[in-house]
Amino acid sequence: MQYEPWEPARASEIIAGLTHKEGATLLMLQALQEAFGYVPQGAEPMIAQALNLSRAEVHGVLTFYPDFRRAPPGRHVLKLCRAEACQAAGGDALAAHVETRLGVTFGATTADGAVTLEPAYCLGLCATAPSAMINERVVGRLDAGKLDALLAEAQR
Amino acid sequence: MSLRVFIPRDSGALAVGADEVAAALLEHAHARDLPVDLVRPGSRGLYWLEPMLEVDTPEGRVAYGPVTPADVPALLDAILSDGTHPLKQGLTEQIPWLKRQTRLTFARCGIVDPRSIDDYRAHGGYRGLERALKMSSDAIIDDVVKSGLRGRGGAGFPTGTKWRTVAQAGRGQKYICCNADEGDSGTFADRMLMEGDPFMIIEGMTIAGIAVGATKGYIYIRSEYPHAVEAMNAAIEAARRTGYLGEHICHSTDSFDIEVRVGAGAYICGEETSMLESLEGKRGTVRAKPPLPAHKGLFGRPTVINNVLTFSAVPYILDGGAQAYADCGMGKSRGTKPIQLGGNVKHGGLFEVAFGITLGELVDEIGGGTLSGRPVRAVQVGGPLGAYFPRALFDTPFDYEAFAARSGMVGHGGVVVFDDTVDMAKQARFAMEFCAHESCGKCTPCRIGSTRGAETVDKIITGDRPAANIAVLEDLCNTMKFGSLCALGGLTPIPVLSALTHFPEDFGLAPRRLQAAE
Ligand SMILES: Cc1cc2nc3c(=O)[nH]c(=O)nc-3n(C[C@H](O)[C@H](O)[C@H](O)COP(=O)(O)O)c2cc1C
Ligand code: SF4
Ligand code: FES
Repeated sequence: MQYEPWEPARASEIIAGLTHKEGATLLMLQALQEAFGYVPQGAEPMIAQALNLSRAEVHGVLTFYPDFRRAPPGRHVLKLCRAEACQAAGGDALAAHVETRLGVTFGATTADGAVTLEPAYCLGLCATAPSAMINERVVGRLDAGKLDALLAEAQR
Repeated sequence: MSLRVFIPRDSGALAVGADEVAAALLEHAHARDLPVDLVRPGSRGLYWLEPMLEVDTPEGRVAYGPVTPADVPALLDAILSDGTHPLKQGLTEQIPWLKRQTRLTFARCGIVDPRSIDDYRAHGGYRGLERALKMSSDAIIDDVVKSGLRGRGGAGFPTGTKWRTVAQAGRGQKYICCNADEGDSGTFADRMLMEGDPFMIIEGMTIAGIAVGATKGYIYIRSEYPHAVEAMNAAIEAARRTGYLGEHICHSTDSFDIEVRVGAGAYICGEETSMLESLEGKRGTVRAKPPLPAHKGLFGRPTVINNVLTFSAVPYILDGGAQAYADCGMGKSRGTKPIQLGGNVKHGGLFEVAFGITLGELVDEIGGGTLSGRPVRAVQVGGPLGAYFPRALFDTPFDYEAFAARSGMVGHGGVVVFDDTVDMAKQARFAMEFCAHESCGKCTPCRIGSTRGAETVDKIITGDRPAANIAVLEDLCNTMKFGSLCALGGLTPIPVLSALTHFPEDFGLAPRRLQAAE
């Protein structure tokens, strides 16, 4: 995934484009994360000012939702489903496999910056479990071999 | 004559290679100078046959599946001759798995092009709205009441009653909110409809808007569903372009528009008041009720909140089907229920039937048992807050009351199958851990109780004073059940206690035999 480098002027522009929306806090955070890959601390006072909120309120929203990152992710984000249908189809073993293979635990990024590993709690692909999403590409009927191929592609 | 071929764009099909099959098809057809008209519909819901490829023939659509890109050349040869191929499933509509269903909500899913409003209309779309536009608000709501439609999001609240409350809540700004958070594991019906028949959801929300006097609607879609977000946005734009959304819908005096909002990974935002907080741009914490959202909802205004499947049932009902809808089902559960079979199951997918089918029929006959080929040991019904059922309870019919009578719930209709390698103490621990992870933090029994619950199950698993700790666990469950503000904390005891009751041997207790039904 290609992100723009953090640039306050660009962030202001993104924020200004959304101030007319009702209840825009999440929209702004999402738009910033889409542009920069994460929401830097510097964005919090900017959103607070645009929406006439306290900085604490914005921080509270940012930290409540698991999707928001406060540090840049790796070049690829691998979300592996950890929920029940995927557990039933061998998801736990796959999770252990991927952690070993990447040398990181869920929530972390590999040392080479290639892959950020995140858990997902159901991707709606439960009939072809176990499932994963790499960037925005969905993958079903996953096994260790398929997973290794995906990771090899991501780490190239 | 060009060859008309259908390959789903549904993300469940994409996950197993539908795009690759589509690319191979176009490439090989091109190499043979064969004109192909490729349509990308939603999925028919037979996921074990995905990627499924269908070809239009004078007799109807013929299905092949599961297709890999390598199968494509031989498949083209077959299609161009007499059609014989090992992957051939025959006429799609005659596949027994599909034929056994009663498809009302999913009637068009997998058939129509979800990008085409003309295709939607050609298949009966927008007839419900056209009729509603000629009716009074009361008459529309009467139809919904008469159908017996109950909310499909989990709680099963009567939809007509909800709409009437909002309709009578004075004048001024009101909202329609479609709950497309579909956070329950094992469920994907909402996703399939958003990707496969999005205009039906738009039509249902529009009818609701007209019925209660709301001009603005939101659809809150979880971020785990990027394909559904894209499909809904495309459909909303198409509806606006053709006058089905916006000012003066279909040249009438009514106006209605819809905006998509995307969630940010919090399961609790599927709870309706938490969803409202999230839509308002706040932390998704649960609101105490009353006031009900029907009186004081989004931005403090009267708001209808319904699930995707609930809104989706409305066009059929308004198109003169209220009685027909009410005629299927059992007891107070009217109409059909789209059931989602997932997990370790041979034939996983979406199965829409009238209420009343038994759990055993679903798992053994429809689902064909486990994919691993091992015996089915447990089935979780109704998402992460639903009960785990053993074989002995497979005679339970799908019906809100029948499941409740056995300390379970139908919920959003997810059925997750586990084979005999499952460790039920581990599943009980996961239920507590999930609750701890997803708790909005507003009340103590849920926020703290779930963490303590996971720790207590750990002690039981390691054999640390099991009897005493099981008593602690049961006590904690009771505290959560009666002391939580919403159903996250209130229902987490269901999977935990069902595991303990039906599978005590996994907690180090003597096994108990439940009487089998037969
Ligand atoms: C923790 C929790 C999660 C929920 N998640 C969803 C969901 O993902 N989708 C949904 O439609 N309803 C969900 N609900 C139920 C909603 O609160 C609400 O009852 C429903 O959206 C109302 O629509 P209906 O009457 O059409 O079912 C959830 C409830 C709770 C307590
Ligand atoms: S039960 Fe849990 S999720 Fe529900 S309001 Fe209480 S803390 Fe929040
Ligand atoms: S439980 Fe993993 S995709 Fe649904």
